Amino acid sequence: MPGVEGFMYPNEVSLYWSVLIVLYPFITGLVAGAFILASLARIFRVEAVKPTYRLALLTALAFLIVAPLPLQLHLGHPERSYEMYMTPHRTSAMAMFGFVYLWYLMAVLVVEIWLDFRADIVALSQSTIGWRRWMYLAMTLGSANVSPRALAIDERVGWLVTLIGVPSAFLLHGYVGFIFGSIKANPWWSSPLMPVVFIFSAMVSGIALVMLLYMAATRLRRQPIDMLCVDTIARCLFYIFIIDFSLEMLDLIHRVYEADESFRSLDFMVHTRLYFSQIVLQIYIGTLTPILLLALTQVIRLGATARKRIYAVAGSLALVGIFAMRWNVVIGGQLFSKSFLGYTTYKMALVTREGLLVSIGLTLLPLLILAVLVKILPPWPEAEHASIPEAVAAP
Amino acid sequence: MTLTRRQLLILLPAAAVAWESLLAGTPEASPNYTMTEHWWSMLIDIPKCIGCGNCVRACQAENDVPDGFFRTWVERYHVDDWHLANPEVISPDGGKEGFPVAKEDEGKYFFVPKLCNHCADSPCTQVCPVGATFIGPDGVVLVDPKYCLGCAYCVQACPYGCRYIHPQKKVADKCTLCYHRITKGLTTACCEACPTGARQLADLKNPNDPIHAFLKTHSVQVLKPQMATGAKVFYNELDGSVR
Repeated sequence: MPGVEGFMYPNEVSLYWSVLIVLYPFITGLVAGAFILASLARIFRVEAVKPTYRLALLTALAFLIVAPLPLQLHLGHPERSYEMYMTPHRTSAMAMFGFVYLWYLMAVLVVEIWLDFRADIVALSQSTIGWRRWMYLAMTLGSANVSPRALAIDERVGWLVTLIGVPSAFLLHGYVGFIFGSIKANPWWSSPLMPVVFIFSAMVSGIALVMLLYMAATRLRRQPIDMLCVDTIARCLFYIFIIDFSLEMLDLIHRVYEADESFRSLDFMVHTRLYFSQIVLQIYIGTLTPILLLALTQVIRLGATARKRIYAVAGSLALVGIFAMRWNVVIGGQLFSKSFLGYTTYKMALVTREGLLVSIGLTLLPLLILAVLVKILPPWPEAEHASIPEAVAAP
Repeated sequence: MTLTRRQLLILLPAAAVAWESLLAGTPEASPNYTMTEHWWSMLIDIPKCIGCGNCVRACQAENDVPDGFFRTWVERYHVDDWHLANPEVISPDGGKEGFPVAKEDEGKYFFVPKLCNHCADSPCTQVCPVGATFIGPDGVVLVDPKYCLGCAYCVQACPYGCRYIHPQKKVADKCTLCYHRITKGLTTACCEACPTGARQLADLKNPNDPIHAFLKTHSVQVLKPQMATGAKVFYNELDGSVR
């Protein structure tokens, strides 16, 4: 049979989870990571990363809106997906997705963004005209009170929401890891480390993404990049990356040393079909290189331009590495037979519902949404509460 | 009767739930069949299987199984001397048209028919996000095709590779143990077509079922017992090389 080596159970020859299911944990991870970066500023009071706080929140929202789309497109019957809300199966990890997602979207992100931007929304509803005015008026939800007392309450409630948001972000992505980690039939997935690895890799990708977006957006706006801010983010990225890599290595060493019945099969796969995506792309290019680059900025005194360039390269490589990690988990987990006697091949289509073009579109869509969000709610430090008319802001 | 807005808001979700259950309908009645009186399983006598593929063909004809997918299939194992960990396994087109002639050598050859194990603790039903796949009170694991989302999580969760997504219906599909037949007192299509009696439908709740005598006198095993799925397809003389 073409593409098959050794023996596959006959129903295993074609893959059931495509590149869309690779995108799903990748995008969800970006959401969780971006939110955790935002919480650094708010909960952990890391003042240096403050310039990225609002951008991180909007990034999380833009990606969260897109997160369920790959799942929806992948379903055989997308029109039935509402049944997950109507009759969720309590023993299914996947059934919880809808609820965790809604909780995260509505109870955490939207509330936090609204609270944080409320003063700006009120100001914009007064300074704009035409349809924009109506849009901002609707977004105020009827509350135009921006007195210091009201803003102080916003601040306190917002802090509380972020406090709930951090474990929620962990829940959102940890649960995605659990979807894979709890499948005992598949030794490539089945590991209690999976949710933890997913959370840390999510942080890596989300933090790298917001760092890149901040640097790119600041450059586009011809503003100076706040080096203290990007230095702090890069340092966080470096530490979390090391934890993430250590966890993945722990998993690997455990597998190699334990060498259970699946080991020979998985080992063969890593050395052949997954060699490029796992060893080259994920480990060498996407993990070790950015860790070494970031380490360089920690031990050698470099100029601002050099640091910026290193951060840009390391951040981009980190995103490539985390995408490769998702690919290796999802696609890699289906390339070998559960009989451990054979291997199949994944053929990605180009223009089908689960093909390459749709995947590229779904990857770019959040950036488009983010561009719109940024237009509606400018997250830039100089825009923050700047447009509040004195008369309104006065007590 | 007048409804207040408050009452209407309370009633609407209740009405929606009632409408849902009405749409779900009731299962097709089968006279003289009481689910709770049965606990179905299958016995496969490996030394009796000749790899003719009759069972695969019968299953495909009976259940309209799409090409390239299998509710049941037959594997041929070739184990060379003591190399239990490295069997050579083939199942050309699920063994539907039989197998090529075997080489004469030191090794041994045998056939292993496979099908859904109708596990009592099935991982596939556990993971279904909407409960579209379930185990009935009679021990048969089924899929409700009108309810399945086609997410394929169950396909990933089955350790035995017994499930697939139906290419036309876009829902999970698998062996139903010919539920439409066994609830009418017939045996499954595969058991009926087997010329050597290598496959026997068995009702573990029936004290007179011959399986009880067989289990008492033979060494039987289930596939992948380490998976602890409560598999109910029992294999007589299952070789240690079988996966």
